[in-house]
Amino acid sequence: MTTEYLPTIGIECHVQLSTKTKLFSEVDNDARQKEPNSCVSPVDYGLPGMLPRLNHTAILYTIRAGLALNAKINLNSRFDRKHYYYPDLPKGYQITQMYSPIIGAGSVELPDGTIIPIEHAHLEEDAGKLSHYRDYSLVDLNRAGTPLIEIVSEPAIHSAAAARDYAKELWRLMTYAGVTYGDLYNGNMRFDVNISLAPKGSKELGTRAEVKNLNSFRSVERVIEYEIKRQTRILQQGGQVVQETRGWNDATGETTDQRSKESAADYRYMPEPDLPPLRLTPELVEAERRQLSPLPAWYRERLTPVIGSDLTEILLDHQPLVAKLAELDDPQAIKLVANLFSSVLLAEENASLLNDELPSKTQLADLVTMRNQNELSSTAAKEVFLKYFDPEMHYKDTRTIAKELGVIQENDTAALEALVDQVLAQPTTAQAQADYHNGQTKVLGFLVGQVMKASHGQANPTAVQEILRQKLA
Amino acid sequence: MIQAASKTHSAVQMVRTALERAHHYQDTHHIFTFINDEAALAKAAAIDQRIQRGETVGPLAGVPYALKDNFLSPEGETTASAHILEGFTSPVTATAVQKLEDAGAIMIGRTNLDAFAHGSSTENSYFGPTKNSRDPERVAGGSSGGSAVAVALGIVPFATGTDTGGSIRQPASFNGVYGLKPTYGTISRYGVVAMASSTDCIGFFAQSPEDLDLLMRVTAGQDPYDLTTLPDYYQTAPAETAPRRIGVIKDFDNEAVDPEIRAALQHKLDLLRQQGHQIIELSMPSLKYALAAYYIIVPAEVASNLSRHDGVRYGFRSTKSQHLAELYQNTRDEGFMPENKRRIMIGNFVLSSGYYDAYYLKAAKARTLIIQEYEKAFKQCDFILTPVSPNPAFKLGEKVNDPVAMYLEDVMSVPLNLAGVPGLAIPAGETKSGLALGLQLVGPRRSDAALLQFAKTLEESH
Repeated sequence: MTTEYLPTIGIECHVQLSTKTKLFSEVDNDARQKEPNSCVSPVDYGLPGMLPRLNHTAILYTIRAGLALNAKINLNSRFDRKHYYYPDLPKGYQITQMYSPIIGAGSVELPDGTIIPIEHAHLEEDAGKLSHYRDYSLVDLNRAGTPLIEIVSEPAIHSAAAARDYAKELWRLMTYAGVTYGDLYNGNMRFDVNISLAPKGSKELGTRAEVKNLNSFRSVERVIEYEIKRQTRILQQGGQVVQETRGWNDATGETTDQRSKESAADYRYMPEPDLPPLRLTPELVEAERRQLSPLPAWYRERLTPVIGSDLTEILLDHQPLVAKLAELDDPQAIKLVANLFSSVLLAEENASLLNDELPSKTQLADLVTMRNQNELSSTAAKEVFLKYFDPEMHYKDTRTIAKELGVIQENDTAALEALVDQVLAQPTTAQAQADYHNGQTKVLGFLVGQVMKASHGQANPTAVQEILRQKLA
Repeated sequence: MIQAASKTHSAVQMVRTALERAHHYQDTHHIFTFINDEAALAKAAAIDQRIQRGETVGPLAGVPYALKDNFLSPEGETTASAHILEGFTSPVTATAVQKLEDAGAIMIGRTNLDAFAHGSSTENSYFGPTKNSRDPERVAGGSSGGSAVAVALGIVPFATGTDTGGSIRQPASFNGVYGLKPTYGTISRYGVVAMASSTDCIGFFAQSPEDLDLLMRVTAGQDPYDLTTLPDYYQTAPAETAPRRIGVIKDFDNEAVDPEIRAALQHKLDLLRQQGHQIIELSMPSLKYALAAYYIIVPAEVASNLSRHDGVRYGFRSTKSQHLAELYQNTRDEGFMPENKRRIMIGNFVLSSGYYDAYYLKAAKARTLIIQEYEKAFKQCDFILTPVSPNPAFKLGEKVNDPVAMYLEDVMSVPLNLAGVPGLAIPAGETKSGLALGLQLVGPRRSDAALLQFAKTLEESH
C-alpha cells in the first residue's frame, strides 16, 4: 500500500501599491513607458547622507489593504532594515517591517467558502530591476523604492486549485480596495509559493521547496501540481525532499534546482534608525474603513442568487462590471446586463472595450425596458449595447441609439396585421400561400421575410410569424 | 564674536584672509581636503555688492567657515576622507549647509576627518592626519579634527562638525575651542554622510558660546527631509539666569583621568561655587556600560549605513574584478580604511542571526538604562560638568595600533550620544606643557540654549 500525502502550501504575495510617488521619496512611482533610471531620487539612488521620508498615502493604502484582508491594523508599527548585497538594492538594505508590521493577522475567504488565514502583511520598498546580457548587466532603479506590501499566508492551503483561487482572490481584493494597478504582466503582483508534503494524518509538516516570483494564477497552480508530483515521487521512493528555492520554467512546465550560492542568507535585521516608529490613530483606521469600496464577497452575496455562481465568478474578475451591475436594482435587469457583459464585453474580439467607460445606469435601465417590451430583439439589444462604446454614440440615450440604428421593433398588432394583409395580397406570395396550405410549413419563413422587408426590418418577427399562422390557418 | 560683512568689514576681505591662512597652515597642519578658493571669493564679492546696493543680507553674511568633509554640497568633492568616495561630487546640498549659505556664510574649505568619522584622532583619514593646533607632534582629536584646528588657529570663526560619540567635543577640547553637540534631532542630518543614524548629531566649533548660539539660531529646526528632527524649540527657549545646581559624576573621578584634567575640573567647580551655584555629587553607575553598548550599537548602524558603498553607482570602484562578488570584495577591501573594516565586521557580527539578542538587543537595553540615568540625574541638577576625555591630546601614532586604548578615549563622551542629550565642550586652560584642556557641560534634552547661556559664566580670560 502506498502512503497518501497531504500537500501544505504557504504563499507570500508581493503587491506593488499604485501611489503617485515612491515609499520614501517624492519621485514618480509610475515607471510604465518611462526611460530606465528616470524615476530615481537621491534617496532611492542611495547617495550618502540621504534619509527616507514616509509617503503618507502608502500608509493609507496599507491600512486599506489590511482592511480588505479582514486583518487587525496595528496602531503601533515600525520599520527594519534587511541587509543583502545586490546591484538592484542601492542602499545595501531594504527597508521593511520585520518585527512590527502595520497589518496583523487576517483572513481571505475563497469563492467556495474556504478560509485562508493570513499571518501578517508588511510594508516595504521594492528593489530595482536587472537585465543581463552576455558579458554585462544593466540596472534600472525606476522600481527601487516602489511601495510594496507582502502578504504572508499561513501554510493552510492544501491543493493547487485552492492556491490558484487564493492568488486570484488576493488579486481581486487588492484591486477592489484600489491599492494596486494589479497588472500581473508587469509584475504588480508576484507570488512566492512554498510547498511541502506530509503523510496524511501526520502532525508534522514535511520539508518544503520554494518557488519565487510567479506572476500568474495559472503558474501558481502549475508549479504546485508539478511539485506535488515531484515530491510524491521522491517520498514514495524513500528519498528526502531538499529544502531549497527552485526555479519555474513556464515553457517546460517544470521546476528546477537553481543551485544558487545564496545558502542560508543572513539578513542581519535591525531597527531602521532613520524612521521613527509609526503611530496610527483609531480614527484614521475607521475613516479608511468607511471609504473602502465593496469587496468581492459583497458582490458575491448580491449577484450569486440572481445570475448564479459561475457567471458571478467570471464577472468578479472585472470590478467595474460588477460595480455597474450593483447599480441596477431589478433582478431581471441584472440578469440581462450580466449576460450582455459576458457575451459581448468578455468576447475576445471586444477585449479592448473593457478599458472604456461603461454605459450609464440610465442607458442600461432603458435598454432593459426596451428589451422587456420587445422593442428590441436580443440581437438588437447587443447592437445597441455595443454602440455605447462608440465615442460618437456614448453620450446618447438608448432610444436615440436604437432609432439611429433602426432596430426598434414594430409590436403594434393592428399595424402588423395590416402589413401582413398587404403582403398576402401580393401576387408574388400566392404560390407560397398555396404551398403552406399543402403542408409545406417551411415557407412560413419566406413569408415572414417578406413582411419584414415590407416593414423595413422594424417588425417584431416573432409577432409576425404568429399573425401569419393565424391568417393562414 | 562672529563679524558679518558690512560697509566697514567687506566679505571679500574676510574670505581672502581666511583663504590665506588656510593655505598657510595647510602645509604644517594638514587641515583641509579641499580649499574653495575661487567660488568663495566670488560669493564674497556678490555679498559685498548686495550690501553696497543696500539689500538685506543674512546674519552670517560673508562669514567664512570650514565644512567637515562629510557634509554634502556641490562645492568640491565630498570625500568623508575615505578612498571609497573618490571622485564623488554631490548633486545634493545638506540642509545644514543650505541654511548656513542662506544666512550668507561662505565655505572656504572642506576639513579632514577620520574616514567616515570613525576615530578619535583624525589619523584614520585616507589623506593622512591633521596636526594638533598647539603641538604638531600630537593628534588633532577626532573625528572632526580638521574643523577643530581650523577654528583654533583662527583660520575661520566657525566650522561644522558631526558628533557620534565625541567627534566634536573631544577635538574641541584637544584644541582649546568651544564645541557643541546639540540634542539629538536638533539640526537636520539630511545630506550628511551617516555614521550611526541614532547617535549622529550635527554641531559646531567656535570661539565663544555667543557664536554657537547664533549658529544654532540659523541651523536648528525640524526638517521634512529628516524625520528624526525634533519640532522647533531652540529659537523659542526662554532665557534663564538664576543660580543653578551643577552635578559632578563621582564615578568619573578616578585615577584613570589625567591629574591636570581633574585639577581643571576642580578649578571650574570652585569658580561655580564662588558664583553662588550649588555643586551636587551624582552617582551614575550605568554609565560604565555606555562604552560597551556604544561599541555594539554604533558599529551595527555603521555596518548598515556603509553597505551602500559597493562600487556600483558612485565613488571608487576596484578595476581588477571579474565578477560581481569580486567587485564588491575588492572595492570595499581597497576603499575602506582598517578602522572602517573593523567597525563593519563588529557591526555585522552583532547583527548576525543568533547573536542579535545577545549583543544588539542587550546593548539597546543598556541604552535605555543610560537614558533613564540621565533623566534621574537631571531631576537632581540642572547641568553636569565632566571631563571630555581622560587625557589631553596624545602623540601621533601613540594609539593607532591599539584600538581599544583609542576607544577608551571616548568613555566620557559617548554616554551623551546614547542618551541624546546635549554636550558643550568648553576650554579649561592648558597643561604645564601648553596643551589645551577642555571640560564638557551636559544638559537635559532640549536645554541647548540654556547650556550655551550658562557656559558664559564659566568663561575666564587666560
